[in-house]
Amino acid sequence: MTEEILQPDISGPVFNHANGRLLMPETRYWPTDMWKSPWSLPTYRRGAAVLAGLITGGAAAAWFLGEIGPRLAPVYSFIEAYALAYGVPAVLIQIFWTFIKGGILLLAPLVNALFAVWWERKISAHIQSRMGPMYVGWWHGVLQTVADGIKLFLKEDIVPDCADKIVHWLAPVVVVIPAILVFAPVPFGNELVFADIDIGTVYVFAVGGVSVMGIIMAGWSSGNKFSLLGGLRSAAQLVSYELPRTFAVLPVVMLAGTLNIAEIAGFQAGYWGGIIPRWFIFYPVVGQVAFIVFLIASVAETNRVPFDIPEAESELVAGFNTEYSGMKFALFFLSEFAYVLLSCLLMAAVFFGGGAAPLPFLEFLPSWAWFLSKVLILMFCFLWFRWTFPRFRVDRLMDFNWKFLLPVSLLNIAAGGILIWLLS
Amino acid sequence: MLLAYASILALLVIATLFAGGSLFASFLVNPRVRDTFKHTAYECGMEAVGTTTVQTNIRFYTYALLFVIFDVEALYLFPWAVVVRSMGAIALVEMAIFLGILAAGLAYAWKMGALQWE
Repeated sequence: MTEEILQPDISGPVFNHANGRLLMPETRYWPTDMWKSPWSLPTYRRGAAVLAGLITGGAAAAWFLGEIGPRLAPVYSFIEAYALAYGVPAVLIQIFWTFIKGGILLLAPLVNALFAVWWERKISAHIQSRMGPMYVGWWHGVLQTVADGIKLFLKEDIVPDCADKIVHWLAPVVVVIPAILVFAPVPFGNELVFADIDIGTVYVFAVGGVSVMGIIMAGWSSGNKFSLLGGLRSAAQLVSYELPRTFAVLPVVMLAGTLNIAEIAGFQAGYWGGIIPRWFIFYPVVGQVAFIVFLIASVAETNRVPFDIPEAESELVAGFNTEYSGMKFALFFLSEFAYVLLSCLLMAAVFFGGGAAPLPFLEFLPSWAWFLSKVLILMFCFLWFRWTFPRFRVDRLMDFNWKFLLPVSLLNIAAGGILIWLLS
Repeated sequence: MLLAYASILALLVIATLFAGGSLFASFLVNPRVRDTFKHTAYECGMEAVGTTTVQTNIRFYTYALLFVIFDVEALYLFPWAVVVRSMGAIALVEMAIFLGILAAGLAYAWKMGALQWE
């Protein structure tokens, strides 16, 4: 008996396993020389057509839906009238409505994790000339993350014998609760805020900082030296990069005169000369420096490449979450992507005018659609960085923060003061 | 305004229920098979040498101290930043002095080698 070796036939057309479509030989692999004449390639043209269709369809759907706030108001008044007719106290209706809104807000990090993980895998694959997930779901593996989530939910939860059992269990909870709580004062569109508090900016930085404790708890309780190192590195890194991140927002607060994130976004409405949006990113020098410092510090805060030394897989296995499996690991993953979403939302609100349209004639689309598109573009940058920059060494990482980013952000506050003096 | 903070409390309840509930639901359905080697620490795929109660690098401690100084500074800066436009030049000068002292502190820490990784 000779063993049959399967050789792929590379002469004729082949079937794509994912969707059963016939692929012509020139489109079977990702063409690596597509930059020479991209529009001559059928894959490129089809991809561009799909993207244009998605953008047009999304814009049409957003225009059809309109602003969400006015749509929800009749729902609330209906519930209120119905409940009051049955003698339910008004306070109870308020509490019920708050919990409904909170449940909807909870969907933001959940749906974001499902989408962003899939998107990250697709971007990673396409940058490396691969296809990425193609099997689960009806189109390009869109349900891959749902399947992964179910798998993680059903997996055995392995706790090492040398671990501190209680702290090991508590760590993912401590990480994930602040990751959900930070979304409270963040706007998703004009007047689309869960809790419209006046100290929004400080709240986001303060509550987001609590997650660091959970990461240290995870690293310390695992009983694994790599986890401990990862946790300590992460503590040093997150705590350091928190400073330039906070200082980068200060010039915006100085100009807008408020800490309320929704009001900061509203402050940037309108256009200079009827064409240039009054977004903070377009303020000379101060805006651009603040944005770049905030972007770099946000990438570091979310433990993403090139600042991923807390979970550097080539040196620390998986860092602080090495000993985590099943649902606990899923919670760490969820909070990581929740912070990516939070950074993108903050940048969109603080530097890119929130729900403001980039050009006056585009204002027919609702504010949440502009917010979402800005967030998606920024998130694409986050995912793109991973395949562009190599990882920092741990001492260089600290030097970069304390000897470059922090002085630059302090100088930027002074520059913001000069800008205010010039404007007044 | 108070209602907004109350809604954050409601969100805290929802988040706690979500985190605890998902872990508990997973605990109800997942398999638990006892195995000698599965529950050892995963370091290099080899048996771990020693414990994790080891001495750690003091560098992390210095950064934490510096962080506390600058984070308190940020706390002072936020209320100032809200009112600086209405207060005019005097607020700018005052904050320039405050920031100058802290920048001098950072320069001192830098010169003394507190920012140097060994």
